[in-house]
Amino acid sequence: MKIFVCIKQVPDTETKIKLKPDASGVDFTGVKFVMNPYDEFAVEEAIKLREGGKATSVVVFSVGPKARVVEALRTALAMGADDAVVIDAPEDLDSAAVAKALAGAIKAEGDFRYILTGKLAIDDNASAVSQMIAEYLNIPQATVVSKLEIGDTSAVAEREVEGGTREVLELRGPAVIAANKGLNMPRYASLPGIMKAKKKVIKELTLDAVGASAGDVRVKYKAFQLPAEKPPVKMLGGDAGAQAHELATLLRNEAKVI
Amino acid sequence: MANVLVFTEFADGKFKKGALELLSAARKSGLKIQALALGSGAKSLPFGAEGVDEVFVADGAQFDKYNPELFSETVSSLLAAQKPAVVLASSTMLARDLFPRVAAHMGVGVSSDCTELEISADGNVKARRPMYAGKCTAEVSFENSPTKIVLMRPNQLTVVAASAAKSPSVTDVAAPAKDLHTIIKEVVKGTSGKLDLTEANIIVSGGRGMKEAANFKMLEELADVLGATVGASRAVVDAGWVPHTMQVGQTGKTVAPTLYIAAGISGAIQHLAGMSGSKVIVAINKDPNAPIFQKATYGIVGDVFEVVPKLTEEFKKLIHH
Repeated sequence: MKIFVCIKQVPDTETKIKLKPDASGVDFTGVKFVMNPYDEFAVEEAIKLREGGKATSVVVFSVGPKARVVEALRTALAMGADDAVVIDAPEDLDSAAVAKALAGAIKAEGDFRYILTGKLAIDDNASAVSQMIAEYLNIPQATVVSKLEIGDTSAVAEREVEGGTREVLELRGPAVIAANKGLNMPRYASLPGIMKAKKKVIKELTLDAVGASAGDVRVKYKAFQLPAEKPPVKMLGGDAGAQAHELATLLRNEAKVI
Repeated sequence: MANVLVFTEFADGKFKKGALELLSAARKSGLKIQALALGSGAKSLPFGAEGVDEVFVADGAQFDKYNPELFSETVSSLLAAQKPAVVLASSTMLARDLFPRVAAHMGVGVSSDCTELEISADGNVKARRPMYAGKCTAEVSFENSPTKIVLMRPNQLTVVAASAAKSPSVTDVAAPAKDLHTIIKEVVKGTSGKLDLTEANIIVSGGRGMKEAANFKMLEELADVLGATVGASRAVVDAGWVPHTMQVGQTGKTVAPTLYIAAGISGAIQHLAGMSGSKVIVAINKDPNAPIFQKATYGIVGDVFEVVPKLTEEFKKLIHH
């Protein structure tokens, strides 16, 4: 059984966001791109399943501008994934179009059982692609998963919701699993792993070949704005007692928040 | 005439605050209001008092636990039949899991985490949302999307009482006749009893400056006095002092409470991105050059171990008066 993992390449979390002069989007000039941090948990989990004999190989997919996105795929290969597929696509596809492309590419592989993703991508925080892939493949999903056990006929996934509540789901048959932090500790790529990944041939597909197009886009983003400048901070002086007293007074009388 | 359908989450026989916010926004639009509620007791909710015109309920224990497959089948078939111009839901964990799937089923657009919303009389939507965990914001533009699904963050819209009550029709929504492949085995309730970070009105967060896990007790005491939820920076989560569910930041939770108190947090860019939407920010740090002070409303340069207990005392005095 092959395990499929869908990953996204996103700006590194250290990135300072600059906007294009016409505010139509973010200026990515000089921005360092990395594998979405939550997708690392998905890749790690898939590799562990293969190492545990629950899967024969790990195939990683990504949708986006080919020249850039292959770097994230090489990271996954260096971690230990077996094969990688890039679906070349413009920068601004939305969750619906990306999910349609991924579902199409997975279907083309033939048999599918488990598809792993990150719970969300840290660029747009949409947390939508995983559920949409599940819908397009007509299989169940479990998102925000921090514990996963794959049995012979079903999988048991534990998802975390508000207030520390945990929901335990049994998924019978194929399913999409969206990983949360806590599922595992992603490994670092080893040097031999990196060397090996460099030599691997990454399969290239077009959007057309997987049955998706820019016409599948349902959401676009425009009129970007940077957050309003905050007024300068008011620093409170004196000893700890005086500072605490002044702060409590300001929060009640000036800010009116307590 | 265009309809707006509100997905109303509820607990203990009452609409959740987020649902009241959405109903207020729906009334403001002047559109016909439909409401959908799933779970035991849904039928008894005060829809009429909220100015709802048409109610859809699946009032049964089957819907008391969230089953993604059951919910998406049920909601998708209702929405595909009703074709509202706008669907509003709170951007809760449940809705964020459910509605992308419903949107894909209907072939329409969905946007989670919206913070601004205007609905025009013709059923068009103007919404904004944070991007890159709040490093910037953008307007959401729906394309080829006869139904627009908007998930609003709680605490962003004002609750206004309905000016007139209505007597809505109530329709039962049936669960689809289909074998489910998803079984809910167990729901283990969180023990904290505190609001989740994403819903909390006040957050007290600790960072590396707290020196060790045991010192978070001090922040819990402060939080208890304020009715706040305790959060943390990535550094202390990675150090294993607190669970990752407490992490605020770009790889944790993005929060926007009324008051955010950062104790011993220097303010890495990922943390600042996750909390800079807070209305009032208090920073307590011994390093006057810590980046957190650039985002703060009020700053205290000092030792957290001296300042935090004094603050707890001060708040006790204030709040007990």
